[in-house]
Amino acid sequence: MRLRAENLSKRFGGVAAVQDVGFDLEPGVVHSIIGPNGAGKTTLLNLLSGIYRADSGSIVLDDTELSGRAPHEFAIAGVGRTFQNLQVFFNMTALENVMVGRWQHERCNLVSALLRLPRMAREERRCREAAYELLEFVGLAVWASRDADSMPYGALKRLEIARALAARPKFLLLDEPAAGLNPTETLDIDRLIREVAARDITVVLVEHNMKLVMEVSQHVVVLDYGRKLAEGDPKTVSADPRVIEAYLGCSA
Amino acid sequence: MLAQYLLAGLTVGAIYALVALGFAIIYNASNVINFAQGEFVMIGGMASAGFVEAGLGLPLAALLAIGCATLVGILLEKFAVERARGASVVTLIIITIGASILLRGLATLVWDKKIHPLPGFSGEQPIVFAGATLLPQVVWVIGVSALAVALVWWFFNRTLTGKAMLAVSHNRLAARLAGISVRRVLLTSFALSAALGALAGILIAPISFTSWDVGIMLGLKGFAAAILGGLGSGPGAVAGGLVLGIVESLGAGYLSSAYKDVFAFLIILAALVFLPDGLFGRRAAERV
Amino acid sequence: MSSSPTASSAGAPQSGSRRGLLALAIFAALLPLALPNAYTYEIAILVGINAITCVGLNLLIGYAGQISLGHAGFFGLGAYGSAILASRYGWPPLLSLPVSTVLVGALAWLVGRPILRLRGHYLAMGTLGLGVIVSIVLATEDRITGGPDGMAVPPLKVFSYAIGGEKTWYWIIAAAVVLAVWLAQNLIESPRGRAMRALHGSEVAASAVGIDAARHKLHVFVLSALFAAAAGGLTAHYSGFITPSKSSFVHSIELVTMVVFGGMASTFGAVVGAAVLTTLPQVLTTLKEYEMVTLGAVMMLTMIVMPQGLVPTLEKAIAAARRKPV
Repeated sequence: MRLRAENLSKRFGGVAAVQDVGFDLEPGVVHSIIGPNGAGKTTLLNLLSGIYRADSGSIVLDDTELSGRAPHEFAIAGVGRTFQNLQVFFNMTALENVMVGRWQHERCNLVSALLRLPRMAREERRCREAAYELLEFVGLAVWASRDADSMPYGALKRLEIARALAARPKFLLLDEPAAGLNPTETLDIDRLIREVAARDITVVLVEHNMKLVMEVSQHVVVLDYGRKLAEGDPKTVSADPRVIEAYLGCSA
Repeated sequence: MLAQYLLAGLTVGAIYALVALGFAIIYNASNVINFAQGEFVMIGGMASAGFVEAGLGLPLAALLAIGCATLVGILLEKFAVERARGASVVTLIIITIGASILLRGLATLVWDKKIHPLPGFSGEQPIVFAGATLLPQVVWVIGVSALAVALVWWFFNRTLTGKAMLAVSHNRLAARLAGISVRRVLLTSFALSAALGALAGILIAPISFTSWDVGIMLGLKGFAAAILGGLGSGPGAVAGGLVLGIVESLGAGYLSSAYKDVFAFLIILAALVFLPDGLFGRRAAERV
Repeated sequence: MSSSPTASSAGAPQSGSRRGLLALAIFAALLPLALPNAYTYEIAILVGINAITCVGLNLLIGYAGQISLGHAGFFGLGAYGSAILASRYGWPPLLSLPVSTVLVGALAWLVGRPILRLRGHYLAMGTLGLGVIVSIVLATEDRITGGPDGMAVPPLKVFSYAIGGEKTWYWIIAAAVVLAVWLAQNLIESPRGRAMRALHGSEVAASAVGIDAARHKLHVFVLSALFAAAAGGLTAHYSGFITPSKSSFVHSIELVTMVVFGGMASTFGAVVGAAVLTTLPQVLTTLKEYEMVTLGAVMMLTMIVMPQGLVPTLEKAIAAARRKPV
């Protein structure tokens, strides 16, 4: 289950947000994509999840070419994600948010929905239980029947993770999961990421929090001005003078 | 024949352009589609007809009518749109639709349900020009509309108030931080749109008469023209209005006059599907 | 396997709506006791017809978060479709009605694909344009449709026994309303309904879990068109006569207003909205000249004061009152 990006490029008007970026994301390893502000990290993530269509290049999951497909097809192929600007379903409860995540794995056609066929009730119960388990996994069980719009920010970030996990993805793209969190909450995210990785899901992290990145990932890709600047394990990358210059603006 | 149709299309297109411009101005300032825009057109025509029938001279009647419509526009902003700030798109649409129904109802009470004529600005003798016969009013419509559009352009691009209004349409918060009163901009935009609409109503009344429900179709077509040109674009609205008028006229002349309105809306639909941002519109990117 | 929170939240929405459906059925069964004459029966039937259309429209506007300013077009097409098949081609109305409904659904499928790619005001304009085109065509093609003066419609026949009269039709429409509400509630409470609400909450997040936004929107659009067409067909055979005004822009606006007034994302709200805004003009016919002014004022005031709509606002008020210590 390898995700390969090759020569990905995306322009917005005159700005090349991502230029010629390529890398391999091996399974069983926690990956991170880092870079200074404006480096193109979120654009890259949006490309990898199908929200943006690449101008050129390809995204291949095992042997399947994904680029050019609709976003929901990326999800069905096994790419899940969370969002930097929360995209929680505020018009539902926490439990319902996670239940939506399980959509691909439910058999529900229009006619059986309209007629409330008994098979659906069984599916619903299963769905509810599975969703509740995921809420427990991320530590949000107490919020299950509460409206999502009454939940604090940190809880919402974990809710998005639970929802993404409900889809049983092979790759989980986390867009700045620690943004806006205090040190305690960040430790929780750290632990959560490790537990997710232990469940055989390949985590890809976009993060600014260097401490988190260095501690939790085994493979780091550095972007700068839309291009891949460096790649490797955390120790090598953090010692790379080009990386240091990109972040601090002067040679070490 | 072609010249005749083009001229007719240009005439009605100029009216659509004014109405569409009104839509664009209000939308830019407040993100609201003012479904009552057509009623400003109606008020312009009906009020001036009423004043003329009461004995006033046409110029004074027209001025007063524009004043009435402007007042209604300000009241609409103050008591409906202002109160519903932050409401959803659908809610705002319903409010302005309710306002249009209210205004039409008031029109039947203040005036009546009859069709009223308005005297042409410079008589009824037809002029012959480039193989086409036209009423002198047509010259007035095209000429005054062009002048109005030019004045609006000058206002937005050369005066401080106009630029302030443009600033609000680009970024409300930043405009506020720069000391611009958003409330005042909203009021001005409604007043200006109402005046433009009323002007359109007065210009067209001598040709196609006016009545309490003349605003429905004109408002719809003006809205369609604004969308065609790209919602939020002033030049787009004007272009959209002219294109719509000409297409409609050509369709009515060469294909079928019964389906005149259908051609207009078909063009709109085609434009929406194939040119999703309109002729000049800008798509706001959704940040995820 | 802890299940107490899940059990209660599993119970809550289902039992609430089941009770609501039962209440609706009981109300519909008992209402005739309060209706003194044929005229009031007529109003009740009119309410029912609008309710069916609004329940479908509410799925599109309130739950899926789309907008349609041309739904009267589907209503009119359903009416005319059944009328034309029955009177010009001699079909039995029991057949022409469902066939017409299905044909309108197919049309909605065809136009829905391109139209639903639009958003917000552009979608409003697109649906508006479609509705206007339909009403103009219906009024112009007078050889088929009888033109602006309308056409006569043969009554519904069961075993060559013509169904007519307000009392009989009341029961037919009442049953149809209960059926419509049952179907809509089933959909809303199903995973598909949840997917629909997810689309409304955040389309991008919904597609990130595999929900095909375009397909779901199309399904709801077609479903709401089917509801409107069925209601139109029923109207045609009930009143025995139809005119193109049934598909007018004004009627489309009335339908949207009923949905928004009653409460979006609330099936019962749609029914209440249809009930209030259908009976209101009837009550106001005594003040005929003030009808428009009052309707417009009601629309504006409701949206300014109760932007969520009547039923959700009442629900919230009741919930707040319950929480207050007595």
